[in-house]
Amino acid sequence: MNRSIIVSSVLHLILIMITALSLPFLTKKPIDLPPIVSVELIQISDKTNIPFAPKAKKIIEKIKEKEKKLVSEQAPPKKVKKVKPDSVPMPDDKLKKVEKIKEDKQNPEKIDNEIKQVSEFEKKELFDPNNIAALIDKSKIESAETINKTDKITQDQQKNIDISGLTLSEEDALKAQIFGCWSIPLGLPYNEDLLVRIKLQLNPDGTVSQSEILDHARMNKPGQGFYKVLAESALRAVKLCQPLRVPTTGYEKWKELQLNFDAREMLEG
Amino acid sequence: MKKILSIIFLFVILPLKVSALIEVDITRGNLNPLPIAVSPLSIDENSKKSFEKILNKKNIGSEISLVVEKNLKISGLFNPLNKDAFLQSPDIANLKPRFEDWNLIKAQALITGKVNFIDNKLRVEFRLWDILAGKEMMALAFTTVPNNWRRVGHIITDKVYERLTGEKGYFDTRIIYVAEEGPKTRRIKKLAIMDQDGANNKFLTLGNELVLTPRFNPTSQMVTYLSYFRNLPRVYLLDIETGMQEVVGDFPGMTFAPRFSPDGKKIIMSFAKDGNSDIYTMDLENRIVEKITNHPSIDTSPSYSPDGKYICFNSDRSGYQQIYIMKKDGSNVKRISFGRGLYGTPVWSPRGDLIAFTKLHKGKFYIGVMRTDGSGERLLTENFYQEAPSWSPNGRVLIFYRETKTDDKGEGFSAKLWSIDLTGYNERQVNTPTDASDPSWSSLLSN
Repeated sequence: MNRSIIVSSVLHLILIMITALSLPFLTKKPIDLPPIVSVELIQISDKTNIPFAPKAKKIIEKIKEKEKKLVSEQAPPKKVKKVKPDSVPMPDDKLKKVEKIKEDKQNPEKIDNEIKQVSEFEKKELFDPNNIAALIDKSKIESAETINKTDKITQDQQKNIDISGLTLSEEDALKAQIFGCWSIPLGLPYNEDLLVRIKLQLNPDGTVSQSEILDHARMNKPGQGFYKVLAESALRAVKLCQPLRVPTTGYEKWKELQLNFDAREMLEG
Repeated sequence: MKKILSIIFLFVILPLKVSALIEVDITRGNLNPLPIAVSPLSIDENSKKSFEKILNKKNIGSEISLVVEKNLKISGLFNPLNKDAFLQSPDIANLKPRFEDWNLIKAQALITGKVNFIDNKLRVEFRLWDILAGKEMMALAFTTVPNNWRRVGHIITDKVYERLTGEKGYFDTRIIYVAEEGPKTRRIKKLAIMDQDGANNKFLTLGNELVLTPRFNPTSQMVTYLSYFRNLPRVYLLDIETGMQEVVGDFPGMTFAPRFSPDGKKIIMSFAKDGNSDIYTMDLENRIVEKITNHPSIDTSPSYSPDGKYICFNSDRSGYQQIYIMKKDGSNVKRISFGRGLYGTPVWSPRGDLIAFTKLHKGKFYIGVMRTDGSGERLLTENFYQEAPSWSPNGRVLIFYRETKTDDKGEGFSAKLWSIDLTGYNERQVNTPTDASDPSWSSLLSN
């Protein structure tokens, strides 16, 4: 018994020795690290910014300009200041702007080029090979459009469904109908508050059972004669449009509807 | 716990969603003319006979409604419906219109009325109805001498226009202009006046002297104009109501385009002194002349802003004729036109928001408008030769004159008055018995 224990121990020791001696990391020499070389960092863009070929430079500048323009177009609409009747805008403030417009007019070829360039980019952006399947499959048209649209639009759509209770297409149909019925009184002072809010009670077939001007008190205020004219034109539009193009389902959601008639955009032109 | 949350959801969140009022923003509409029915004014037999004797008109009620209808049509904002389609007779419609009948012919507004002969006077009642709302919008009555029947038509139009568009009308107004006759090289030019629709034309001078640039006083029926007496330019004042005329002054050299200040107390004009054309004002009470611009260039065609604080004029100080504005004392001169071509005859709108001008570019003449800071230039009409725009008192329509080319034989020349509204679509010729130029629109007569 003792003998076998001794033999086993010896053999284990031999095995451990062989293993230890044969492992590579135990025999590896330490790595010789190279000496640290200091490197000075210098600004070289001034020297390496080699000018593009004249044509290429022009194209890049045009694209940059166009990008700037696009940004300015997407900016939120400027709030219109109420202009006092006795104040006359002097040309000082807008002189630079006017000169810019003039430059554009005097270089129609330049503008033409820009437009062509942009349209090509737009085509590229609009074409998304991943959407081919969706385009072929008509049942997926809506989802394909959603993919192309920005996140913001998607959120808006969501908001419309959740808050207004009308989908974008339902709202658009209603708007288009009322646009056609509303004859805007052209003589209104466009620098005034031209918003008329009308609350409607609707029947299931889209006819109006009751209409109420929410700022009714303003109609008889002195100096607000234009508001009365505008409110009456809005009421005429609602009556002329009856029955309104409302969804066929979900009456409970739209049986009460508020229309905000705002003439500023049209009158400022 | 889940149950409690579900109950909270049901009682708090869901009711909020259901009660949210749907809001839809309507930011666009149509600019189509409003369909309006102008029912002939009803008249009883006795009144009809009395007016027939005095005015030689068979049915004065129909005549007045025709004036109203024509005015509304030329405004471009209304579409008067054909009378043949009317289902209700005028006398019944005036009492209580059957709105369904008028709705059937797509009328959105209706004018009815009644004419009476009372104490040798003409009494006209009229009512404006909102067909869709089924209610009366306005009811007024006028009494005047029978000869004034056309003016009653114009006043009714002004009231209807104001009620339905939100701005004052321009129908009860007159236009003064230079009537021209004879071959182009030997034109006889007379001062003439007419209603804005071309009726009641009268010649105010005989044509012995050359007359130019008549301009109405914005506050009264006074006119200033330029006439050459023994080859010397003279500025005259003429009171249309009384026919009284007076000479404001003789001015040396070329004198141009006298025009009233908004309060009617001054006239502003340009004349050449020592070979240099500058802008001057004259106080009509004390006749003191004040020099406003002092520049070696040619400064002409001054026009005040409606508040009287600024003056617009044209000058070639930049090398080409362009439009400038300055303060009323001549300080702070700013150029506002920067487009290609030459700009002239600037006239400030009575609303104060726009300046009308004539533009010459590539051999063509344009009438256009721009904002007072020079932005938003819009050319309304283009032609071989046209100039001298004058604003209607509400600042919505411009009247100007247009000349045609002469042919190879030197014939075919004509000069006519035209009007165009700010949309640029409603362009019409204003009928005059002779050729006409240099029109000026009066303020409303019935202020």
